[in-house]
Amino acid sequence: MSDKATDKFISIEGITKRFPAPGGGATTVFEDLWLSMPRGDFTCIIGHSGCGKTTVLNILAGLDTPSEGAVIVDGQAIEGPSIDRAVIFQSHALLPWRTVMGNVIYAVSSKWRYWTKTEQQRQAQKFIDLVGLTGSEHKRPAELSGGMKQRVGIARALSIEPKIMLMDEPFSALDALTRGTLQDEVRRICMETGQTVFMITHDVDEAIYLADRIVMMSNGPDAVFAEIVENPLPKDRKRTDFHKHPLYYGVRNHIIDFLVTRSKTIRDEVKAGVPFDRRHVPVVRPGAGVAAVASTPSSPAAMPGLARASVVNG
Amino acid sequence: MNLSIGLRAAVLTVAIFIAFMLTWHIATQGSGPVAQMDPEYAKLLGKTATQGTSAMPGPLDVAAKLWEHARQPFYDRGPNDKGVGIQLAYSIARVGVGYLLAVAFAIPIGFLIGMSPLMSRALDPFIQVLKPISPLAWMPLALYTIKDSHLSSIFVIFICSVWPMLINTAFGVAAVRKEWLNVARTLEVGTIRRAFTIILPAAAPTILTGMRISIGIAWLVIVAAEMLVGGTGIGYFVWNEWNNLSITNVITAILLIGLVGMILDQILARLTRFVTFPE
Repeated sequence: MSDKATDKFISIEGITKRFPAPGGGATTVFEDLWLSMPRGDFTCIIGHSGCGKTTVLNILAGLDTPSEGAVIVDGQAIEGPSIDRAVIFQSHALLPWRTVMGNVIYAVSSKWRYWTKTEQQRQAQKFIDLVGLTGSEHKRPAELSGGMKQRVGIARALSIEPKIMLMDEPFSALDALTRGTLQDEVRRICMETGQTVFMITHDVDEAIYLADRIVMMSNGPDAVFAEIVENPLPKDRKRTDFHKHPLYYGVRNHIIDFLVTRSKTIRDEVKAGVPFDRRHVPVVRPGAGVAAVASTPSSPAAMPGLARASVVNG
Repeated sequence: MNLSIGLRAAVLTVAIFIAFMLTWHIATQGSGPVAQMDPEYAKLLGKTATQGTSAMPGPLDVAAKLWEHARQPFYDRGPNDKGVGIQLAYSIARVGVGYLLAVAFAIPIGFLIGMSPLMSRALDPFIQVLKPISPLAWMPLALYTIKDSHLSSIFVIFICSVWPMLINTAFGVAAVRKEWLNVARTLEVGTIRRAFTIILPAAAPTILTGMRISIGIAWLVIVAAEMLVGGTGIGYFVWNEWNNLSITNVITAILLIGLVGMILDQILARLTRFVTFPE
């Protein structure tokens, strides 16, 4: 973990988003956000509607630009959308005039333009098989169930072998059973491929099951990354029994408590002058009775990220 | 009744058709009063006055005329006596050329307007003013500048079929779902490829709907345009037969205009169905 802590694969550096408010002035959705994510990490972001989660994700995708600040990915500032960063949209965003195979091939052929048709087809087929859609290659999105459509979206995103996967509430429109199965698939695929993932969710259990770290965002406007919750559950957790783990309720209660009360009060605390270092968001590892908080400010210029080494383990 | 709605509708259609034909047939039997008159004078008068027959042809007359035309659609006995097939072919050719020119113009310009809010606003006043002008109002100007009646009628077809296609294309292109465009953006798809692989298929149903409206309008306008310029075409045929007082031929032509219009519309309806995607 400690070598990962210094790895800033994705680094959000002081991004701010303002929209012109009706009647002059500007509404600040969020201001001066800092966060870094190591390679291979699964990060979930939780916060109430309107706090700007999707805007953060869109900025990471390059579909939106921050009013101030920048995002550095793999040593390069984001200047627009990139095929290295795949997006799984909440609404799956499949092209309805193309078949399942056609949708996946569209992505594959965008990345490897000069591959032959056969090579492109083989690559697409590999990922259609991976998400369990073998046999539905020639169906159109309208003939698929919601879960199957989202699988196509996942296959399309994975097929281009991206460096980062960005997911905007990918399972929120699905029924509970389908959601569970797809979470399993995504977790398995991400573990196997060591994918770096940034995902928005509203579902606390989903975050605990999938994420290595959960970023808690306070309510907007003027939202902040209030806290980073490190997931204390073992990496090899299973969906069937992760909620029986002794630390599960500690994490869950911590997150719920944040969403119910603290997400509202933090903004006022910050405004009232309670010290809050935006560059070093407090890292919390709930469980074992102690909610260990650590935030040792190092030189901001040297390392504007997380002081992971100082996290107290239980 | 356990018959399907399709079959019941067909039965009803046939019944209405037969009722209409019978009414028409009986109404045009003719039993009007016959006036006694000087045979020299009678020669100058129509059969209505001298024999009491109806001036309006009955369905059997029209059917006979249709059969006559069907047997010999393409004869050509000089400028004022051509087969109805030739006349229809002239009209269809004019509509085809004018319409295809309009497609070639309206779809690229519609794309431009749909993709660029600037162009959309800049061109909007022109479209708003030009769109409601009756296409026939252009005819004198066309005749004066082009100096060819045949080309002028093609121009009139062009100008009347441009607007629905232009407006529908612009609307369809502007209304492409943002999420599909975002898919292309995240895949770093270039502008040209995006236009052909995302925008065109997404806007195709709307564009085709505009094309279907246009072909209908073009077929309406060609009849009027040909009445005006004369020479050839089904519109000229109708007017010429009116001058000949051949009401049978006029009715036959009306029927044929309707049939051809229906076929043109159905062709575009098929094409629309071909590009429509279920969501």
